[in-house]
Amino acid sequence: MSSNGRITPSSLSIKDLPWQIHWDKERCSLCGRCTAVCPVHAIELGVHRLRLVQTTLGLKEAPSNVYGVYYGIRQKTDPAHACVGCGMCNLVCPNDCIIPYRSDEADKLRYHIDRGGQPRRRGGRRNVPANILDRIKFIRISMLTDPALDAGRHEFELRTLLGRVLPPEENLKLLREEGWIPPVREIYPLIIGSMSFGALSPTMWEGLQMGVAYLNEELGMPVRMCTGEGGCPPRLLRSRFLKYVILQIASGYFGWDEIIHALPEMKEDPCAIEIKYGQGAKPGDGGLLMWHKVNKLIASIRGVPPRVSLPSPPTHQTKYSIEESVAKMIQSMYMAWGFRVPVYPKISGTSTALAVLNNLTRNPYAAALAIDGEDGGTGAAYNVSMDHMGHPIASNIRDCYLNLVKLGRQNEIPLFAAGGVGKHGNLAANAASLIMLGASGVQIGKYLMQAAAGCLGSESDRCNICNIGLCPKGITSQDPRLYRRLDPEEVAERVVDVFLSFDTELRKIVAPLGRSTSLPIGMSDAIGIDDQAAAERLQIKYVV
Amino acid sequence: MCRLLAVTSKELQSPMLAVRALDVMREGHDGSGVGLFLSDLGGPFEDLKGVPILSGIFTKGGLERLDGFMTESGFKIKYEIFIKVPKTPPPGVPKRDTYLIRAYEYPESWKGLSETEKHHGLMLTRLKLRQMGEENEEMIVFSFWPDVIMIKEIGDPLTVAEYLNLDREELYARVIMAQGRQNTNYAINLYACHPFFIQGVATMTNGENTAFVPIREFLMSRGFPGYVGYQSDSEVFTHILHYTLTRLKLGIEAYKHVITPLRDEDLEQHPNGRFLKHLKRTCRRLIIDGPNCVMGCLPDKTLFLVQDRKKLRPGVVGGRPGLYAISSEMCGLDAVVPDRDRSKDFQPMYLDTAFIRPDRQEVHICRQTEELPLPH
Repeated sequence: MSSNGRITPSSLSIKDLPWQIHWDKERCSLCGRCTAVCPVHAIELGVHRLRLVQTTLGLKEAPSNVYGVYYGIRQKTDPAHACVGCGMCNLVCPNDCIIPYRSDEADKLRYHIDRGGQPRRRGGRRNVPANILDRIKFIRISMLTDPALDAGRHEFELRTLLGRVLPPEENLKLLREEGWIPPVREIYPLIIGSMSFGALSPTMWEGLQMGVAYLNEELGMPVRMCTGEGGCPPRLLRSRFLKYVILQIASGYFGWDEIIHALPEMKEDPCAIEIKYGQGAKPGDGGLLMWHKVNKLIASIRGVPPRVSLPSPPTHQTKYSIEESVAKMIQSMYMAWGFRVPVYPKISGTSTALAVLNNLTRNPYAAALAIDGEDGGTGAAYNVSMDHMGHPIASNIRDCYLNLVKLGRQNEIPLFAAGGVGKHGNLAANAASLIMLGASGVQIGKYLMQAAAGCLGSESDRCNICNIGLCPKGITSQDPRLYRRLDPEEVAERVVDVFLSFDTELRKIVAPLGRSTSLPIGMSDAIGIDDQAAAERLQIKYVV
Repeated sequence: MCRLLAVTSKELQSPMLAVRALDVMREGHDGSGVGLFLSDLGGPFEDLKGVPILSGIFTKGGLERLDGFMTESGFKIKYEIFIKVPKTPPPGVPKRDTYLIRAYEYPESWKGLSETEKHHGLMLTRLKLRQMGEENEEMIVFSFWPDVIMIKEIGDPLTVAEYLNLDREELYARVIMAQGRQNTNYAINLYACHPFFIQGVATMTNGENTAFVPIREFLMSRGFPGYVGYQSDSEVFTHILHYTLTRLKLGIEAYKHVITPLRDEDLEQHPNGRFLKHLKRTCRRLIIDGPNCVMGCLPDKTLFLVQDRKKLRPGVVGGRPGLYAISSEMCGLDAVVPDRDRSKDFQPMYLDTAFIRPDRQEVHICRQTEELPLPH
């Protein structure tokens, strides 16, 4: 733009953008791979004008200019094409001559990203990197008075229960009398949380499923995966692998027509049914699959026309009270599988979680409560919901657990924690902290996308374009050109790697605490934090 | 690590027998305290089998408050032993006014109450006394139960026993449990001294209980008034056993299935697999995970020994018909029953429950993988 050109309020310079592309002309071979791979077309071929001053020795000829051109990269400043920092250009560059850098100050793009009156929507997590879970330490180390266990050689049984566990007296009485005892599944405490077929690409979903099947059948680890609200591929519904799957029903009921029709042909019961009432990333908002991702396959599994956005309502429309939701919905789901499958609700972290929990404790059918904290990820949500709505998981789960202790029902309604577990890569430490605060297990989603498929998203707002189907790694895209970048076999391998290394790390945490034969749920004497207020709030030790 | 010794004998034995055995094992405890549990009593208590005996330590004021409360509740004194001690206690032993062992007659108003109701009443009375005592530290009450005497004190076991002159015929008993304390984690408090007792069930343990907090939370939320205290992490072992026997109505063979259940793979093969799976699931919160050796006495005077899942603590049982002992160490056993067939000594491993029935004829070993005698 010339210095006296016209500017609009939304005229931005590269400096105003969150990510700036640094490009080295000297090393660039002009191969064009970076411009081809950029998911948002933030860079394009640039023909740059170049003025060269030519001077000769002597006084015969006056110095002069030569105007020439050179070819290279130009970064676009239009908000629609602002660089998202994914760094794919850097990945494909043969000469390492291009890389996006984060701006040294807060960007100005954020003020202009609502053109057309449409606020920003994105995928990923809350754009706040800090996490209280990382500050929790394991302080009760067995020293001399009781020997620490050997994480490598001792026998460990790190399993958890999903399902309503009755008080011992009542359970044994029902067992004697051949009465109905709620179904309980013994599962691995790290669960793959709900990421729908639709939010994830077919290759990613297949990879996860294959990884889960391998973990179960070859390694004897009862890992379970939740479908999310998007139904389940018909072949999986009719296969023996269904037992490793937690089917989710949410307010859009997407995919349930297919599931109900498959009921008579199911060889196995699913592991459980999760009723989604809320999600940590966008509390009080329904699921959202934007039209970009609704292709023919997704549309047919979900029972909708292709290429329409699929916003689920914020609540289950047929229910108008918690009693209704709990009593009717849970019971009807039980009935569908002959009372053999645990059914539990999932809510977003909220200060009203205790009210929900209290309601569930009075319902003998409620199999668990999953709570998804504010740091949970999503495939698509309004930025404002992601960044500002929700409740941290640590205090939410602690309150719920202590409330159950007060009622004498701790672990009878297992609590599952989610939302930002492993946000900084400390998966086992975060999971163990939550377990010791009172969770029976944890659910992860984003972590697995990062670890098993190389998701580039971050809480510094890198990439985070899962919502528009342009995932440069092919994880959340429905475009075959993109998702073919992901080999399901390799995803499966990574899933197995993640679970095996998690298992070792979890042992490395619990063994020095002297625990091995049961998951240390609620072992709050083992943890401490260097923040007095947090320690008081969580009722754990304050350590400095 | 504490040292433990339990004796069951056809003949009456002096408590000193157990204390001397503790002394033999003195390398394993620091002399920070001793606890004694005596049952199947002789002497004057032989004829007082049905009436509750109160054991505790009282100040002068505490004794007056005790008398006031017991009279008000309708209990009448039937027999009592005041342990008189020299004016100056040995080093490390605190000065106390009165060590009291007193048998009471049930109140008139309890006539017609069922056994269970009486037992409940005795426990509530003990808890009330304990609570009263804690107000201004005037009373420490260890037990209030028929045919049970308990004595606990801070100090070296042998020194304390000699100081209290425990070698007196009135205290001779057929079942004796003793613990020499190694003070590891908490301030010395007599309520933290083993053995622990609730309604006829007594246990003592060595090793720390790493799953203490969740277990305590479970027990305290059962709504049973006796599940309180927990000055020591080992008290939960007594209460879990009480819970297993009285609330779940299972036998001693099931205790280990509650605290250290079998792995799922083993449960698949077990003749009571289905039952045990349910037991494991519902009692998951009672699973102990520490290195623990638990010895105890059941209401019917059966003595038992179980080890943790990894068998990280020592423990041996041996003897001859009529006299058996369970000891932390072989030398303790030698001190109590030197004339036994050593080849029959048994060190229970991670699957075993060893117990000696009140007939004292043999040591029974029950492996967790064996079929359980379940009530029909």
